[in-house]
Amino acid sequence: MTKNIGKLSATAFTQLILALFTLVSVFPIVLIIINAFKSRDGIFDNPLAFPTPETFSLVGFTKVLDKSPFLHFFGNSLTVTLVSLVLILLFAAMAAWALSEYKFKGSRWLAIYLAFGIMVPIRLGTVSILELAVKLELVNTLTILILVYVAQGLPLAIMILSEFMQQIPKELKEAARCDGVGEFKIFFQIILPLIRPAVATVAVFTMVPIWNDLWFPLILAPGEETQTVTLGVQQFIGQYVTDWNAVLASLSLAVLPVLVMYVFASRQLIRGITAGAVK
Amino acid sequence: MAQVSLKNLKKSYDGKQDVLASINLEIDDGEFTVLVGPSGCGKSTLLRMLSGLEEITAGDLVIDNVRCNDLPPAKRGIAMVFQSYALYPHMNVYKNMAFGLKIHGAGKEEIERRIKHAAGILKIDHLLHRLPRELSGGQRQRVAIGRAIVREPKLFLFDEPLSNLDAALRVQTRLEIAKLHRDLKATIVYVTHDQVEAMTLGDKIVVMHDGHIQQAGTPLELYQQPANLFVAGFIGSPKMNLVEGVIADASATGVTVTLAGGQTLRTEVDGTGLTAGGRVTVGIRAEHLWENHSGSEQFTGTVNLVEHLGEANFLYITLSNGHDVVVRGDGEREVAIGDNVSLSAPSASFHVFNHDGKALRRLKPGNMVAAKRVA
Repeated sequence: MTKNIGKLSATAFTQLILALFTLVSVFPIVLIIINAFKSRDGIFDNPLAFPTPETFSLVGFTKVLDKSPFLHFFGNSLTVTLVSLVLILLFAAMAAWALSEYKFKGSRWLAIYLAFGIMVPIRLGTVSILELAVKLELVNTLTILILVYVAQGLPLAIMILSEFMQQIPKELKEAARCDGVGEFKIFFQIILPLIRPAVATVAVFTMVPIWNDLWFPLILAPGEETQTVTLGVQQFIGQYVTDWNAVLASLSLAVLPVLVMYVFASRQLIRGITAGAVK
Repeated sequence: MAQVSLKNLKKSYDGKQDVLASINLEIDDGEFTVLVGPSGCGKSTLLRMLSGLEEITAGDLVIDNVRCNDLPPAKRGIAMVFQSYALYPHMNVYKNMAFGLKIHGAGKEEIERRIKHAAGILKIDHLLHRLPRELSGGQRQRVAIGRAIVREPKLFLFDEPLSNLDAALRVQTRLEIAKLHRDLKATIVYVTHDQVEAMTLGDKIVVMHDGHIQQAGTPLELYQQPANLFVAGFIGSPKMNLVEGVIADASATGVTVTLAGGQTLRTEVDGTGLTAGGRVTVGIRAEHLWENHSGSEQFTGTVNLVEHLGEANFLYITLSNGHDVVVRGDGEREVAIGDNVSLSAPSASFHVFNHDGKALRRLKPGNMVAAKRVA
């Protein structure tokens, strides 16, 4: 009996902690979204209130969508993120497969070299990257952003994916080889479908930092043509006047793709995170 | 179907120590060959070398007059069935079986026909649209065998296919594999560590130990005339009783041995070339020691332990000459621990091994002894 109560209170405590954490994480997002639908006065009078008929206004959204190239920024962000994501997943999966399946000279060193990328933040190399971009005449292009993000995302992705690939039984690949399946087909038709949960996990982990990044767009591609959403929002934040309606509206819009992505990946994601823990 | 020949096949991983040393073996068309031996003897490695999953260090592997050393698995015309089934988990049974065929560019109707045929043989027609995880162990193994059948290979390779099944299913699947071999007339190489599987399935059994072939022959040859001490101990259950002794007299018609305890035995083996005073090992199987006086060689002893199997008792007996032996006794007879029993054996049923552990030729091997006992 006491044991049950102890168990119950332990569960309650866990749930309480989780609830508090959820509250802290969700609060700013909710604040942004509710205020995005209010007029300027509504925001300043009572920032915590939900929009009422008096304060409800879409002025932020109209400003963002009509009077600024926001959709263009949005497109830039989407292009950079999606292309980077596809390249990271493809190359990381291939590299992970090579590292875990084939033993070749220096494969261990290559694995260590790639793991090193997890420990050293890519931003330390910003100056060199900028110099390189200037020499290659890639400044103010989306290409340089994609290249940098691929480099940034690969190490962790390779590590997570090769961990999962090592769990695939050896016999499966051998059976396929006996079936006469080529190495590429084994990779694309047997290995990739089996590590789909891991790929979804990596996709979410990789996508969010890229979408949210301000640093590299600011340094490598600050031109009007190539601005991303995070950079585009900055134009509404002035030294003297900040257009809060527009800022909040654009931020609300910027959350959307991440949410969509998460909804699609979440089922796979949960399986992916728990895959190793519970059989 | 295919004829396979292995000539001086060698495998070593570091170039120094041989995992397999100079394997020579001929496998006839349609023959069921079983590779058997204790774990680590190299039998699975040999099978994987046949399949192409493991490289051949030296020697020749010839399948149907084509040297296959450097051919990839798919080009050798083999199909392999794994112990862990190795079904593709994300494909249903039909797709599992079709996958290899599709890769080889077989037409849709051809694939359909072959799968229907294989599914009919294995009675898995009703499972074709299920995923592997929805199948029981026995069904999975049948699908794995089906995947091999649809390829219509020249050579089937089985790597301990029954080891993951429970006892009842193992017997049933064993019978199915035997039937399959009869129906398909396929050439099969089958690896197992279970001697019952080896004895019941094989046309030819190859006993391996420490990377060497100890003996290759029909199941009864191995049982009746094991070539050396290892095979004598490995084939047959319980293990053959082995006792050391010294030759008292040897000729082409028989060898007389004085056992370590002092008793003298007459055995009917070819003793040509042996001289009195040489060391030998005498072997007798548990089922050839009888609890009566009808055999020519007589012993007495005390029962230490009895295992009741129902149809038989295994009696663990210490003989009056000091040696421990196992006797397969009549299951109906009541025996208690501590009983004194008298035993006998006909001189024809003894095996004699020289000081190198090589067997001497038995003059009257085979079922003659058993036939005499029934009469």
